[in-house]
Amino acid sequence: MVSKNNKFKGFSLQIIPFNEVRNLNISERVKKILNLVLGNKLVILQGRLRPEEEIRLIEDTMAMVDHIKAFKGIELAVIDPDMKNNSFFFKFKKGIAKTLVGDTSSLTVIGPASVVKEVKNDPSKLEVFLG
Amino acid sequence: MLKILKDLSRKVIRSLFGPKKNIKIGFYGPPNAGKTSLANLLCQDWTGEDIGTVSEMPHETRGVSFKEKVEIKHKGKNLTFKFVDTPGIATRIDYEDFLKFKINKKDAKKRAKEATQGIIEAIKWLDDMEAVIVVLDSSENPYSQVNITIIGNLMARKIPVLLVANKIDLKKSNIKKVQAAFPEYEVIGISAKNRLNIDEFYDSLFKLAKKV
Repeated sequence: MVSKNNKFKGFSLQIIPFNEVRNLNISERVKKILNLVLGNKLVILQGRLRPEEEIRLIEDTMAMVDHIKAFKGIELAVIDPDMKNNSFFFKFKKGIAKTLVGDTSSLTVIGPASVVKEVKNDPSKLEVFLG
Repeated sequence: MLKILKDLSRKVIRSLFGPKKNIKIGFYGPPNAGKTSLANLLCQDWTGEDIGTVSEMPHETRGVSFKEKVEIKHKGKNLTFKFVDTPGIATRIDYEDFLKFKINKKDAKKRAKEATQGIIEAIKWLDDMEAVIVVLDSSENPYSQVNITIIGNLMARKIPVLLVANKIDLKKSNIKKVQAAFPEYEVIGISAKNRLNIDEFYDSLFKLAKKV
């Protein structure tokens, strides 16, 4: 169990199925994610973002850090249980393939920095959320 | 008339087959990896000037800086570069992180604001680079999401990359881990601070320039 004083307190979980973002363009995807994060949601996106979407997410996040008081930024992590020990290149190629074919076994966790760090360190904590 | 045509054709041939002038190379990476230290080392070696200031505090470089026409001679070859030093890319900026370096709250907030703008600027410059030197701290985990995002973007944009595993003088340095993470790229271990392996770095730099 997670204690009452943990870093997750005050946040809720939002799962975005791949189908929900499939037809969105880069701006719409990033905007959707950031709106949820700013609304204190920890976003679990089915699948992973393309490289250009990741960098755009960082860019837009920085613009928001600059304009929104108390917003410190995001943490982004891709969780893929099948590829834990593989190189970046393998993951990257596989990631591209997944984006293209819509294979969505991996999860992308995006949220306020402190929360995602906890999940990345211990992915089983997601189970706490999912009950 | 004939002379003008001859000169023109000579210029065209030189531009097509001759050495490329002012190859634009960006220094990218996470904060505090040593991008400016390495860029300074190169600029000092060949121009006698720094490109920027270095500090132990993250986000010391908060704006893109340039050094034009850095002419480097190495093993009988001669190339001219334009170096572009960029702020470290991060997904979060918290002014409180700067307070532990004993600066006041007002300065810390100013620094945080400049750092966010610097990251945006660095990202915007990505498309303009002909080649990129990605500088990583070899004593840190190379699998960080920021590293993956930077390298993933360079790969997607087909920009030639040289991976520099900096800080090999540190006990925790692990070049093999960096190589294992990014096996498709040449990884050169150096210490910009202590000038370790710099001759080999120049070999790699010239190899990178060939890919442009």
